[in-house]
Amino acid sequence: MEIFSHNSNVHFLGLRKISIGIAVLLVVASIALLLTRGLNYALDFTGGVSVEASYDNPVSVEDVRAALVKGGIDNAIVQSVGGTRRVSMRFQPKDDTHYSVPQGKSPDLDIIKSDVTKALQASRPDANITSRTFVSAQVGDQLRSDGVTAAIFVILGIGIYLWIRFERRFAIAALATELHDVLVTLGVISLVQREFDLTVLASVLAVIGYSINDKVVVFDRIRELFRSSRKADPEEILNRSINSTLSRTIITSLFTSIAMAALFFFGGPSVHGFAITMLIGILVGTLSSIFVASPLLLWLGVSKKDLMPVTKENPELARRP
Amino acid sequence: MSDFPRWRYFLVAIVLVLGTLYALPNLYPPKPAVQVSAANTAVVDQALQQKITTALQTAKISYVDETIKHDAGRGDYVLIGFANGDLQKSAADALKAALGDQYTVAFNLQSTVPAWLTAIGGRPMPLGLDLQGGVRFLMAVDQGDVVDKQENNYTQDIASLLKEKKIPFVSVARNATRGQGVNVVLSSAADRSAASDAIATEYTDLGVTNGANTGDRYVLNAVIKPDKLRDLSTSAIRQNLATLSNRINALGVSEPVIQAQGEDQISVELAGVQDPAEAKKVIGATATLQYVAGLGDARDPAVQDAVKTGNVPPDAHLYYGNNGEPYLVSKTLIASGDELVDAASGNDQQSGSPMVSVTLNSAGATKMLDFTRNNVGKPMAVVYVVNTTDTKIVDGKEVRTPKTTYTVINYATIQGVFSNKFQTTGLPSSKAASELALMLKGGSLAARMDIISEGVIGPSLGQDNIEKGLKAVLLGLGLVLLAAAIYYKLFGLVADLALFFNLVILVAVMSMIGVTLTMPGIAGIVLTLGMAIDANVLICERVREELRNGSTPLASIRSGYEKAWATILDANVTHLIAALALTTMGSGPIKGFGVTLLIGILTSMFTSVTVTHAITALIHGGRKLKTLSV
Repeated sequence: MEIFSHNSNVHFLGLRKISIGIAVLLVVASIALLLTRGLNYALDFTGGVSVEASYDNPVSVEDVRAALVKGGIDNAIVQSVGGTRRVSMRFQPKDDTHYSVPQGKSPDLDIIKSDVTKALQASRPDANITSRTFVSAQVGDQLRSDGVTAAIFVILGIGIYLWIRFERRFAIAALATELHDVLVTLGVISLVQREFDLTVLASVLAVIGYSINDKVVVFDRIRELFRSSRKADPEEILNRSINSTLSRTIITSLFTSIAMAALFFFGGPSVHGFAITMLIGILVGTLSSIFVASPLLLWLGVSKKDLMPVTKENPELARRP
Repeated sequence: MSDFPRWRYFLVAIVLVLGTLYALPNLYPPKPAVQVSAANTAVVDQALQQKITTALQTAKISYVDETIKHDAGRGDYVLIGFANGDLQKSAADALKAALGDQYTVAFNLQSTVPAWLTAIGGRPMPLGLDLQGGVRFLMAVDQGDVVDKQENNYTQDIASLLKEKKIPFVSVARNATRGQGVNVVLSSAADRSAASDAIATEYTDLGVTNGANTGDRYVLNAVIKPDKLRDLSTSAIRQNLATLSNRINALGVSEPVIQAQGEDQISVELAGVQDPAEAKKVIGATATLQYVAGLGDARDPAVQDAVKTGNVPPDAHLYYGNNGEPYLVSKTLIASGDELVDAASGNDQQSGSPMVSVTLNSAGATKMLDFTRNNVGKPMAVVYVVNTTDTKIVDGKEVRTPKTTYTVINYATIQGVFSNKFQTTGLPSSKAASELALMLKGGSLAARMDIISEGVIGPSLGQDNIEKGLKAVLLGLGLVLLAAAIYYKLFGLVADLALFFNLVILVAVMSMIGVTLTMPGIAGIVLTLGMAIDANVLICERVREELRNGSTPLASIRSGYEKAWATILDANVTHLIAALALTTMGSGPIKGFGVTLLIGILTSMFTSVTVTHAITALIHGGRKLKTLSV
């Protein structure tokens, strides 16, 4: 079975002005979005309130969760504590739909407490709030600095590897496209204001891995074609490379997307953020492998002689007539 | 088959067998259990077992099994296993009510892995806080301790400042009330104003005010400014948080959640444990070292006098050594555990006794250099400081009293000048040395912490969400397998088989290194498998290309694998670099996810290339083929 004709010959590079233009626009728009709207950070990053309640009779965590949602408090993390009579609830103050936190002030714990009390007692009059406090973010500055270190490590590591295995221009093109993929993915998350938690962060980082994989496959073919063909017009070689890896690029994306789509549609809230971020990232990464990475390479001026394996000058041969 | 050497078949077979063996324990999830042990003098016997059975029957709670266990370390206890966590919790509540104060009822997780698997080192992956819950400790940071430390330091600093500036003073002492600062008594108004200026310029964090004068006693009061105090307490909490995560990470508990709560509390959640006692040992313990000038040992008459009368000179402490011998040591610290950057345990080369070699930071090194340079031939003492919390039951309530013990572990004459690197011997055992090194390395706690509550917490994800997530994961995998089989026919089926083995080996490796399994981790496994099929896509596309170019089927397989390998290698190495970076991201879910990705990439390179090649070679080898099913 084949979905894509194996001798497809779309002139992708002919579209390079348009495709790069769109890519630049998307990056600018994403940066603007990130600067103005920002990301909707979740409890992991912001911290929030922690409320503990005790019940006279055993209660199930599911019931508490349902009571909170009914009482207008969304997204709360509910855990049993020590047995069946005590529960701990954690949420961001903004999840309490009855209470809008005054601008620039720290939220009033007592108002939130009374909202929780109302929500819980509506279904179970034996509920009592035993404590309420603020909790800090689960991840601190440590993670932020680790994140920066990790990002630099990735950029340097991948750059150096591609430089050694391929050539300088390949490294630059791959990293520029990589940056595009991450920024646009974050831009989309910011646009739809999806909650940004640790899991989403992990999947954004996974997008980096996925998309670099995609680019390297095309680059690999470019190198192979440059080395094997006698007449090496860069534009034609790049175009042929994209076309001959097109089937693989799309099939791999499709296979990975199938798995992520299953998680997105049937996986419930715990894997929702992960799956949707991956789906966005896979889409952006696939498109940029086809439309962005190779045009950049062409502009950087890649040529056949850059990629020929270095052969040692043989003095014996040179001396021959 | 010349294409595929025989030794590789052996390699594939061995890896598959080992993978299956070590992945197997995950099919035996730990059983939620309740553990009943005697609180004080009560006995654990058949009668207790009978009592438990009756209590559970009256409460209509069904249990799986009930056994009396003997354990030399913790005494006898009765372990009752349940089918699920809800029954376990209800049973614990029922048993607490039925058995009263005579027995302790605690949660436990009982391994159900067959003994032969445990014997070869097989163990299941622990489940994370989101899937199974764990234990939570709430600790209060002792703010008074922060103030104490600072005020004590300032008392010494002010005294030496005045000496340095040659301002005569009667006394410099900490106010008896905590938080009231340091009282300096001087003998004239002129001295007082000079001292006031000196202190105010040198220590900008102190507010200096004149106190009452009585006769020729002119009192000056230096108090730590309130906003500085606030800074101190936030930084104390921050340092304690960092120290705790270092320690917990050093012990290999993965994906803990450590966060500040309220004004002065820290909550620590650990996954995969339901026995708080074990975890408490680690996080509650505080041990550090202090380096001080020695003022005399047991032979010194001043020391004998101090022991007899209890009159210790004001600038000294009376501490005891490992064998109970008394020492007088200076109150002024030369260096302490806070100033340490590295510590490692080992054995002293000369004496063979356990030792800790430490590296001080520059501030500590300077002080140590200054001290040793001026005091060659004089004694120096190394004091081992341990904070413990005694728990006593008074009137049915737990009363916790913090206790600090100081032991002089080393008292020796300074032979030469040293600064940032040196060794400390005299530790009681190798175990004590390695524990001390671990604690010193993790950093010391800026202020004492007391565990104010501890308990078992349930999973943070609802049961329905866990089930939904697991179903979606299976569905996603199934769809990928189906799609591959439809699109690449026989080669697709081979890839599917390889993908299954990839899952098995991935799970085996994760279990062996003890990665904690969380919901994002499971999603990461699916993602890894989804991406692992990429290698097979590359191979199949190459084989198709070769066929189209007119190669024979067997030649197509050979050059398909050969040419795809270069691409697979480059693509996976770059991917590996990205995954490696994720694993360096501190702790928590990101690290776990990175580890999953990292292992997944490595295992997929093996299964997607070597395993599929072995299977393909087996199927097609030695046959005359007209076409390939790809």
